[in-house]
Amino acid sequence: MKRFVSLIVVVGLLLTGVLPVYGAETIKVGLIAPLTGNIATFGQSVDKAARMAVDEINEKGGVLGAKIELIVEDNQGKPDESANIARKFIEQNKVLAIIGPVISSNVLAVAPIAQQSKVPLITPTGTNPRITQVGNYIFRACFIDDFQGTVMARFARSGLPKRANTAAILYEKTSDYSIGLAKYFKESFQSLGGKIVAEESFSSGDQDFSAQLTKIKGKNPDVLYVPSYYDTAGLIIKQARELGIMIPILGGDGFDSPQLAELAGKENLKDCYFSGHFFSGSSAPEVKRFVANYKKRYNAVPDMLGALGYDAVYMLADAIKRAGKIDRDAIRDALAATKGLKLVTGTITLDENRNPIKSAVIVGFDSNGNQVYKTTVSPPKK
Amino acid sequence: MISEILQQLINGIALGSIYALIALGYTMVYGILKLINFAHGDVYMVGAFAGYFAVTSFHWGIMPAFLFAMVVCAILGVSIERFAYRPLRMAPRIAALTTAIGVSFLLENLGVIIWSPTPRAFPQVLPLKIYEGIYQRFGVIVNNRQLVILSVSIGLMILLQFIVNRTKIGMAMRAVSFDRETAWMMGVNIDYVISFTFAIGSMLAAAGGVLVGIYFNRIDPLMGVMPGVKAFVAAVLGGIGSIPGAMAGGFILGIAEILVSAFIASTYRDAIAFAILIIILLVKPSGIFGTLTREKV
Repeated sequence: MKRFVSLIVVVGLLLTGVLPVYGAETIKVGLIAPLTGNIATFGQSVDKAARMAVDEINEKGGVLGAKIELIVEDNQGKPDESANIARKFIEQNKVLAIIGPVISSNVLAVAPIAQQSKVPLITPTGTNPRITQVGNYIFRACFIDDFQGTVMARFARSGLPKRANTAAILYEKTSDYSIGLAKYFKESFQSLGGKIVAEESFSSGDQDFSAQLTKIKGKNPDVLYVPSYYDTAGLIIKQARELGIMIPILGGDGFDSPQLAELAGKENLKDCYFSGHFFSGSSAPEVKRFVANYKKRYNAVPDMLGALGYDAVYMLADAIKRAGKIDRDAIRDALAATKGLKLVTGTITLDENRNPIKSAVIVGFDSNGNQVYKTTVSPPKK
Repeated sequence: MISEILQQLINGIALGSIYALIALGYTMVYGILKLINFAHGDVYMVGAFAGYFAVTSFHWGIMPAFLFAMVVCAILGVSIERFAYRPLRMAPRIAALTTAIGVSFLLENLGVIIWSPTPRAFPQVLPLKIYEGIYQRFGVIVNNRQLVILSVSIGLMILLQFIVNRTKIGMAMRAVSFDRETAWMMGVNIDYVISFTFAIGSMLAAAGGVLVGIYFNRIDPLMGVMPGVKAFVAAVLGGIGSIPGAMAGGFILGIAEILVSAFIASTYRDAIAFAILIIILLVKPSGIFGTLTREKV
């Protein structure tokens, strides 16, 4: 027995001691994404596109002569699970950098860990402003809630067929993402001269929104803002239409999933719009190439989550190249200096808070529930 | 304003009837075995999935799907009792309770493995119809799905009352509930009665699952967790062990939740709804329809 234990100890020591030496030949990057769970399509999109980006880079000889090795773990969309995976990535896998997690509440659980260990982290899609405030090792590839909420408020005031003077908000009180979007939508809608007539909330996992929606209906707003992910947004849209609420329903990038049409019902998506990072039908050469390659590889059209996952990998590769060495601190500095980098979701320049400054698109739906491009909104001039 | 209150009441009744259907299963099992069957919420989830597959894979209509889900859950309920609870019937009650929690986790995680935790859209087997006439006269929207939920639940509850109060097996159930040993000495087949109780309770849960699938259009393997807890609370509120109590408890909880979010604040929906329950239980610890005298010490 004693011999057995010592054998395990020796093997363990060997493994931990030897592996990093071999690991130096590849650049290890950890990807944390919800591959299962309520928001599984988000994670699957990011995962597929990130793998594609890594393979593309490796086919061209990798970065600084080293191949990128992508280690993927499923966090099921849970904050605690995300934190466990981040610790495992840092302590066991000894990754150079982390990409992910996908949704804001998960990123907020991981960011302090990455910051403490000084491991650069790029969330492809976490839009909550607090994320990059955690520290100088935390980056993102997407714009922030601030901008998303503002864009939608502007769209409600001037982009809709019928100008909205009053708005109602229905948000998820247990989601940082939802609270953030609701807050910024409210502020800009009011500053643009609109009036918020109802502000209702629900908890994660709720299925019945009839009470809140009935209350909102009584206030008779011109537009309803639902900053929520597709799984609940689908239910809300369906129940709203069934209660006879026919006003435009607006949302954020959380609407971007093929499942939205299934859950809400195609016919109910009439007059629904959301702000997004990318539109697959765009004519920009970067987008065209990405969409064509993705189609060839997965036989599907990428969504914006995929586009951001793809961009996050390229952001990292670009920074490693500019850093000139495989070193976490040098890569952090290079990432922070990212400027004018042309990617699928637009030209990325990071501001002093490590948030990209780039444009947003507004997407609507046709009668078959397919996404249609509405307009592009440029970032605010500073 | 009046029409808004009416509309909220209708919303509350629709939600409450689902809680009531699930609560009945808790209360029946408790009445007979003095066991809180925590796996009940998950039987409800399996019912929803059985209905889903009956419609999507077998292309059955809504009625066969209902019956299929009820049969699947009846078998599941009876097997849970046979293999998980019966071997522990003579063990301390806490052992059976722990097992019930274990079975609950087992079903949830099996569901996650087999069906993946991704939510699914329940097929639209019942085309939505909104009753325009009612809307024009009273300003409230009533749709056929709400009516189906309400009428199926009430129909099943009446059927259950009939079985328990007017049939031989019902009499046996009441006898076992009242005093298991005496019933056994009088020649009642205890095992059969208990299996029957689980079958009926699980069938009601299955019906609840399919109704929720139709009504909310979304099912996932963890959908039974919250309704399970709330239905349990509804059963306690009505007086656990009492069938009319479970029905009343379900409706009260559903309506209370809706009214809290409608007229106080949706942010405190669960908190206030549960606070109301605590107050009711403080005033009447045995629940609304419960009797303390039947409890054995």
